[in-house]
Amino acid sequence: MIVSVASGKGGTGKTTVAVGLALSLGDVQFLDCDVEEPNAHLFLHPRITKSSPAFISIPSIVEAMCDYCGKCQRVCAFNSIAVLKNPETREGSVLVFDHLCHGCGACYILCPRGAIRERQKEIGIVEKGVAGDLSFVHGRLNIGEVMSPPLIRQVKKAIDPGKTVIIDAPPGTTCPVIEAVKGSDFCILVTEPTPFGLNDLKLAVDVLKTLKIPSGIVLNRDGIGDNSVVDYARQHNIPVLMRIPFDREIAAAYSNGVPMVDVRKDYSDLFRNLFETIREAA
Amino acid sequence: MKQITVISGKGGTGKTILTACFAALAERKVLVDCDVDAADLHLLLSPVNSKRHEFKSSQVADIENGRCTRCGLCIDLCRFDAIGPDFAVDPISCEGCGLCSRVCPVDAVTMLERLSGEWFISDTKYGPFVHARLGIAEANSGKLVSLIRQTAKEMAENNKMDYVIIDGPPGIGCPVIASLANVDMALVITEPTVAGIHDLSRIIDLTLHFRIPAGVVINKFDLNPAKSEEVENLCGSSGVEILGKIPFSEDVPRSLVKGIPFVEFSGGHAADEIRSIWKKAARF
Repeated sequence: MIVSVASGKGGTGKTTVAVGLALSLGDVQFLDCDVEEPNAHLFLHPRITKSSPAFISIPSIVEAMCDYCGKCQRVCAFNSIAVLKNPETREGSVLVFDHLCHGCGACYILCPRGAIRERQKEIGIVEKGVAGDLSFVHGRLNIGEVMSPPLIRQVKKAIDPGKTVIIDAPPGTTCPVIEAVKGSDFCILVTEPTPFGLNDLKLAVDVLKTLKIPSGIVLNRDGIGDNSVVDYARQHNIPVLMRIPFDREIAAAYSNGVPMVDVRKDYSDLFRNLFETIREAA
Repeated sequence: MKQITVISGKGGTGKTILTACFAALAERKVLVDCDVDAADLHLLLSPVNSKRHEFKSSQVADIENGRCTRCGLCIDLCRFDAIGPDFAVDPISCEGCGLCSRVCPVDAVTMLERLSGEWFISDTKYGPFVHARLGIAEANSGKLVSLIRQTAKEMAENNKMDYVIIDGPPGIGCPVIASLANVDMALVITEPTVAGIHDLSRIIDLTLHFRIPAGVVINKFDLNPAKSEEVENLCGSSGVEILGKIPFSEDVPRSLVKGIPFVEFSGGHAADEIRSIWKKAARF
């Protein structure tokens, strides 16, 4: 079973919940798919046993074979190729803007002269390791890279179908989140009881409906703000799976990189109950 | 005219709350919400008279069943696994590259324009506000960010404004880079936690990579003084100035519930510190 933890809004407690759930269950596989800002390792301290670079394919022009016909520029939907040609000398050059390339292969497949090769460009790394009885995988996007979804796909290739898998997703509602939660049997949405939390929760609920993934809410920092999240959940029949009160002890542990279940042992049972509930729902 | 982007790396550190305070404190500015995934700034600025524009930046493949001979070439070549074994296109996976439509031997694939989102120019009591909403499960957030930033910049130039103040998204990827391109200053807001520090170091590296001057604000610094000191050491060793340290205040969630910028809600130390931070950022 694959359970992802997502949120819409950032900083609501995704990593706290994902780490808490993984440690309470034990013997699960943990995937940190927030490759732009991975944080779970700060709480789980995995011993990394394997580290491999992740690549995307981008075009590389073989200028000797190119006649600057401009086809690659015309077929590129992402404006990542510019062909310059001097009509008198028939000489020219081809510029490839790596950061705009989606790696679709159109230029490479459609070049009439076979003058385009694909080269592998490193965008980040995937690290695998162990933390106690958990197996751990995360990705780390290189600074300055824009394309996180291909790296998230690489992280998810490591999914062990024989295990319960917990995925820590990035914030937001667009491509990186979709890539992270796609294929999950259930998604836990972590939010906080404020108008920001509610606004972004609604967006996240829409994403999961689009993807047809069942979901439930964990309300973090319960007690600050207002009741609007709980009212919304009731109106839309979305289960509130757990409430974590705003608690200085939990906040202090978090700030020092200590999982909340280490300071509040009572939550281990609550996380196991939560997992039983979602196993029945999924 | 100066463009300032508030960013954080880590989500939930207080970007939008700080941006809304700047909206209340700064004179002559255009405000922009570049968190087009999960925009929240409108909840504090109460925009009115919104003029809506459609954001059409990409296409999606559509296979005409009657024409398709099920040869499978499109399935073989699609790198996004967007065409199922039944030759139905999954619009969520389709990135609109158009390769399938170009290679289809019987012209059964049409590329349809796709409405990826919408964007708005609105009035607020604090000045003009440009904001957007990317459609659910849509891509191209970077393009939408660039579009609304360009619009805001032109508005600021035409009206001789002093500032464009930009609320950025979390992370370090596509929409963040689009929010930071060519700004005069990145104001990075962080929190004294291991995750905050980890993400701060990556976002500082990003600002150095793109040579954008950066200043740091530590939010809720008093919740973990030892980690706040680590933040200060990290900034010191990266040559990044600390513009201020905001103490924890229970008034912050209350101001959110009220739907107004925190400096208009509270008169405490935290609000004073934010006023001082704006003065430093304005002169930065």
